[in-house]
Amino acid sequence: MKTLKTLLTLIAIFSLTSFTSINGDKGYEIGDIATDFKLQNVDGKIISLSDYKDAKGFIVIFTCNTCPYAKAYEDRIIKLDKKYADKGYPVIAIMPNNPNVQPGDNMDAMKSNAKKKGFTFPYLMDEGQKIYPQYGATKTPHIYVLQKTKKGNEVKYIGAIDDNFQDENAVNTRYVENAVDALLTGKEIKDTKTKAIGCSIKV
Amino acid sequence: MKYVFIIVLFSVFSCKNEKKDSPLALADTGIISSQITQLEVYDFNKLEPYLNKKDDKTYVINFWATWCAPCVKELPYYEKLNAAYSKQNVEVILVSLDFPRQYDSKLKPFISKKNIKSKVIALNDVDSNRWIPLVNEEWTGAIPATLIYNKDKRQFYEQSFEYEALETQLKQFLK
Repeated sequence: MKTLKTLLTLIAIFSLTSFTSINGDKGYEIGDIATDFKLQNVDGKIISLSDYKDAKGFIVIFTCNTCPYAKAYEDRIIKLDKKYADKGYPVIAIMPNNPNVQPGDNMDAMKSNAKKKGFTFPYLMDEGQKIYPQYGATKTPHIYVLQKTKKGNEVKYIGAIDDNFQDENAVNTRYVENAVDALLTGKEIKDTKTKAIGCSIKV
Repeated sequence: MKYVFIIVLFSVFSCKNEKKDSPLALADTGIISSQITQLEVYDFNKLEPYLNKKDDKTYVINFWATWCAPCVKELPYYEKLNAAYSKQNVEVILVSLDFPRQYDSKLKPFISKKNIKSKVIALNDVDSNRWIPLVNEEWTGAIPATLIYNKDKRQFYEQSFEYEALETQLKQFLK
């Protein structure tokens, strides 16, 4: 009996410690409330999520100029914004790299890339690299779909845009579109977390 | 059959290169080796056995790409490790995530120019959401990333390495 008690106590301690260690500094999980920010856009303005009074949520995309994976998705990111901004889910792109380490991602380069590609959405510099660690972004591109709730902007989806970075025409599953469509129709999101290869964020 | 090519490749490279003891200097030697024309290109199902061998070796599997600057920076350390520890039953395998359309224009010339001696496998499998967790549950997909394993132990690292830090990790597998 005594052994059983000890065993149960040990199990209780173990489960407690493992629970507390799950989140740590790894950023957001599904259901967490995402932080707002004040970051500079390529047009010089300071942008916050709270500026978007009519939005139902956001497609927050950590991306950059220099990563080939990010480049491969640029056109698809523009399409996402064109498709969903009017429905209440605009794209907010944030460039998380340290421009001193990755000069191709400095504000001037961001401006010219946004102009060249015709970005229809804000492309913000994560000045001081303070925002991406809170989200837990590790790479570019890394997507967070947020839904505006009474508690704040709730994380509903984390991961990739779709399942084929190489060829848009060969995509089988459009993860971000499926997630936003589900939110718009009040359905459950099937894949809430997906994984993809990307470029590590340069610190 | 494909192994024959690799063996031939190894012998060609090792003949040309026998005097060098510092792989760190490889990039600057100016030795022009004939460019490789073949590349082992696998999908994940074909790669998976290389991540789960049960023999007596310790495997260091590095996920990298020529377009990944931190990967390219640390590649000489993996080459050095492979050379220094091959007698202790260590094998380095470099798994390239280069884009298939750049195999000929980027990856093959890179392997030739840098005189890479470790085994290189190009992984061409777009369904990364399926295979990334099979490499390691914790991997978010950022590269560089490295798996070190043998039949008793495995450890995954989503990070860059300096040589000493990499060697320190490897040594834990060799006790």
